Amino acid sequence: MTGRPGGTPARAPGTASPRAIGVLALQGDFEAHARALAAVGVPAVEVRTAGQLLSAAGLVLPGGESTTLWKLMEGTGIAEAIAEVVRRGDPVLATCAGAILLSRRILNPERPGLGLLDVTAVRNAYGRQLDSTVVRLTDLDRTALGSDPLEAVFIRAPRLEAPGPGVEVLARRDGDPVLVRQGNVLAATFHPELGEDSRVTRLFVAAGRR
Amino acid sequence: MSSTFPTFATPFTSDAFRVKVGLAEMLKGGVIMDVVNAEQAKVAEDAGAAAVMALERVPADIRRDGGVARMSPVAKIREIQAAVSIPVMAKCRIGHVAEARVLESLEVDFIDESEVLTPADEANHVYKHDFKVPFVCGCRNLGEALRRIGEGAAMIRTKGEAGTGDIVHAVKHLREVTRAMKALTLLTRDEWMAAAKELGAPFELVIWVAENGKLPVPNFAAGGVATPADAALCRILGAEAIFVGSGIFKSDDPAKRARAIVEATTHWNDPARVAKASEDLGEGMKGLEAAKLAESEMLQTRGW
Repeated sequence: MTGRPGGTPARAPGTASPRAIGVLALQGDFEAHARALAAVGVPAVEVRTAGQLLSAAGLVLPGGESTTLWKLMEGTGIAEAIAEVVRRGDPVLATCAGAILLSRRILNPERPGLGLLDVTAVRNAYGRQLDSTVVRLTDLDRTALGSDPLEAVFIRAPRLEAPGPGVEVLARRDGDPVLVRQGNVLAATFHPELGEDSRVTRLFVAAGRR
Repeated sequence: MSSTFPTFATPFTSDAFRVKVGLAEMLKGGVIMDVVNAEQAKVAEDAGAAAVMALERVPADIRRDGGVARMSPVAKIREIQAAVSIPVMAKCRIGHVAEARVLESLEVDFIDESEVLTPADEANHVYKHDFKVPFVCGCRNLGEALRRIGEGAAMIRTKGEAGTGDIVHAVKHLREVTRAMKALTLLTRDEWMAAAKELGAPFELVIWVAENGKLPVPNFAAGGVATPADAALCRILGAEAIFVGSGIFKSDDPAKRARAIVEATTHWNDPARVAKASEDLGEGMKGLEAAKLAESEMLQTRGW
């Protein structure tokens, strides 16, 4: 579904239904997210405006460069639309840069986030690309994820610190929270969309069906 | 002799290769901007660049001044890394294993083994699976793309003619690669080996493309992008992200043009947004018509 010249962006055939999950497609690995959703039988649609975002049944904020995403969101109403999606209780999945956007506070460099996830996100906290890695996580919330190790692809990942009282930690890497949930918002510092393991995607989709 | 059968695809399913392609995935839909110093890097980051590419001179200056074009000075790379928080890429000469190792030791996020610099080897490219840092390489056709991926490139960029501000060759090569991939999908299995022979490409990668209709790694466009509409055109033709070299810092108002090209790369399918981004940009780079270049002046023919 990538790179089709002249074609419209990823929307699986026959899924123009308004119940599709919106994947914010300003910049980043939005196609990987659309593929991961398709793999569990959920239609996805690329969204690039506040209006498109509000008309989807849920929202994915993909990985990418958070500084680029901030710039592309300026003056578009997208930040407000994300807040509205979270407020009305639709399922939201944010990975890596997406998780940074939702955070209360961001470090390196310091700036406020959207304040929709009660954590502090430290950008590039594990180093540069040479420190990107695939880890099999074993410190898991068994109710949410079961007991098998969870494959997690970390790419120039942020670290989440100081989770507030409303934040459940569902997975940790060396003690650091790497998958957290606050109400209808699920956020990972790794990239479930780049792995074969669909448990995180399923957890997100299940939240929408509840 | 090992008694097991060969497992050609192993390096491509390794965790090491997956995290390389993973970073390329994160850059999709973005703009990677050539910069020669920290000041330009900051302008690029503030404009919304998804990454910056450190090099000694932008292609238009390499073209104008001549001489041997080499890896960026180490001090410049460190200065750029200190100035921005987005990924920093840097170029090494084709086949220059030592420059590539130096760049890896500097912890750049991506290495571009680039025809824009003067080649160090007239027959061979770097064996990129030996490195932990990911590589991007240029191509003019599918065979060249698959040879580079076979050596371990985690991202491909179709070559335009760098430093000209003329989009014509980027278009030509994007269309060429797309057409060749489509053609492979129409073949029967009996025809795959002959196709591999004709393309001069690794058999297992030819099979992968025949079955999937796309490259196994992200495919970006580079060379000759000077306007927001040029960037949108590359996206329309299937490029998943855009490299911009001389087009930004050889224009009147680099910050504004950089921002406009970022906007057009995201909203490529919305002509009104591209139009709005194209307003009041001042003069673009003057440019050189690629068709008027002699074969010996072309950078794109480097790469084997």
